[in-house]
Amino acid sequence: MAASSELNIDHVARLARLALSPQEKAEYSRQLGDVLHHIGQLGKVDVNGVEPTAHAYPVVNVWDEDVPRAGLPVDVALQNAPRQRQHMIAVPKVVE
Amino acid sequence: MASALHYQTIAGLSAQLAAGRLSSVELTRAVLARTEAVEGRIRAFNSRDEADALKQAADSDARRAAGRSRGPLEGIPVGLKDVIAVTDQPLTASSKMLANFISPYDATVTAKLKQAGAVLWGRLNLDEFAMGSSTENSAFGPTRNPWDLTRVPGGSSGGSAAALAAGTALATLGSDTGGSIRQPAALCGVVGLKPSYGLVSRYGLIAFASSLDQIGPFTRTVEDAAIMLGAIAGHDPLDSTSYRTDVPDYRTALAGKRGPWRIGIPKEYFGEGLDPEVGAAVEKAIAFYRSQNCEIKEVSLPHTQYCLDTYYIIATAEASSNLARFDGIRYGHRAADVTDVEDLYSRSRAEGFGAEVKRRIILGTYVLSSGYYDAYYLRAQKVRTLIRQDFLNAYQEVDALLTPTSPVPAFKLGEKSDPLAMYLCDIYTIGVNLAGLPAVSVPCGFTTGGLPIGLQLIGQPFRETELLAIARDYEQGHDWHTRVPSL
Repeated sequence: MAASSELNIDHVARLARLALSPQEKAEYSRQLGDVLHHIGQLGKVDVNGVEPTAHAYPVVNVWDEDVPRAGLPVDVALQNAPRQRQHMIAVPKVVE
Repeated sequence: MASALHYQTIAGLSAQLAAGRLSSVELTRAVLARTEAVEGRIRAFNSRDEADALKQAADSDARRAAGRSRGPLEGIPVGLKDVIAVTDQPLTASSKMLANFISPYDATVTAKLKQAGAVLWGRLNLDEFAMGSSTENSAFGPTRNPWDLTRVPGGSSGGSAAALAAGTALATLGSDTGGSIRQPAALCGVVGLKPSYGLVSRYGLIAFASSLDQIGPFTRTVEDAAIMLGAIAGHDPLDSTSYRTDVPDYRTALAGKRGPWRIGIPKEYFGEGLDPEVGAAVEKAIAFYRSQNCEIKEVSLPHTQYCLDTYYIIATAEASSNLARFDGIRYGHRAADVTDVEDLYSRSRAEGFGAEVKRRIILGTYVLSSGYYDAYYLRAQKVRTLIRQDFLNAYQEVDALLTPTSPVPAFKLGEKSDPLAMYLCDIYTIGVNLAGLPAVSVPCGFTTGGLPIGLQLIGQPFRETELLAIARDYEQGHDWHTRVPSL
């Protein structure tokens, strides 16, 4: 198992798209270090030949009939958008 | 006090409504008056709409007068945890992220409750995004335990448990990812049922950990839990994890099921950390079942010690993925004055999420990140297989397992400031979620200080009827469930 010191908080916060303050980084590093230390005991379990469980009762290949259904009207679907214009969500410029 | 309308059962009120001795408007007004009187001290509700509730009640009375009653929930005020969507009502998950969100559609359970004639009443407080065991991690402030206002109601569905215990709803829905229905039910002295994974649709439930989440009811009695489960269970094409299985009329089926039962006592659930008064109450429950000619058998779930770690890897990994949708673009909080879209994501999320949610996103992102996936997430999924197998092995010999629900009764607000100490509150409940099993917490006594204690019964997959029958047999031999707090 990986050692708790390997949690690179800057890298992980970047992956999670979370702008953490220096105080939050210090606090979470310490607290999650404790949690990771605890989690480290899973390394003791013999899992050779054990299949992973993703869901308790696997339901696979769920197909739906290919028929059109009414969805939400545009104005309802956009009613919670922080900014919108002409029935579109407005965002900062993403291409030059 | 127990005879007041707001402390009666669905079964009893339903009979009065059917006989014309009571109207839904009268009943709803009684619940609104009770809420007005005590909610300032409990703070179970994030939002409530009195006019809407009274309109639903009037509609219910009109249906009944026209001979179109929809069954036992017709006209009964039912509260929902504020992670379950109700059209045109707020849906916040107790987060600043969704402080202004108005739901554009109904969750499947909401639609089913409406079809059953229930009066949907209020959206109830929780730990933000259902992450916590005390309802203290709410952006809107903590909910208080009606039995002791200096203590927590448990969590994450603390508002749902406290509202029922305070008489400000007659039944409520919660969601349970690691114990979030059963633990607050135990701490508030009510019945809380977590159904089998896949029995109740999660469409319209704000997702926390999708391989674990399940919606279930809080009620005053086991029979009421059967009524509520009957209304919300069943396959739903809108939830691809929804399970195709027969859904009986649980209330009727329950009446026909009688013991004696074979009950397993997992020895790993009675060790270090169990409060002596909780342990003594659960031992008395075991003695009761023995006196009813049930076969009591000690069993072993040898991987129990790994449940907590397995859970916190899987749940945080899934949460980090599920909560990626809150990016400030399509809905939810958006940071002002951003420099670019990357800045928009990172700052919107930093401003919108509270501390516990951020901690879990960081942990979940880490255990899924390149180089660590096999060591943490994949390994946890394999250990999950072993944990599940432990339960299935035990069911070769017994009908159900009996354990404490929570190792401790309700604790003081602010008492557990360390995240790991809080995580240990779920030690007896998380194995059930990992294995996808049904389980129910029923009141089984009080501490000398007057705090409720809960008994957990864990059933076999999709055998809710037997599970509820075993719980009903305990309930009928005791009167704990009839006691109410003095508020």
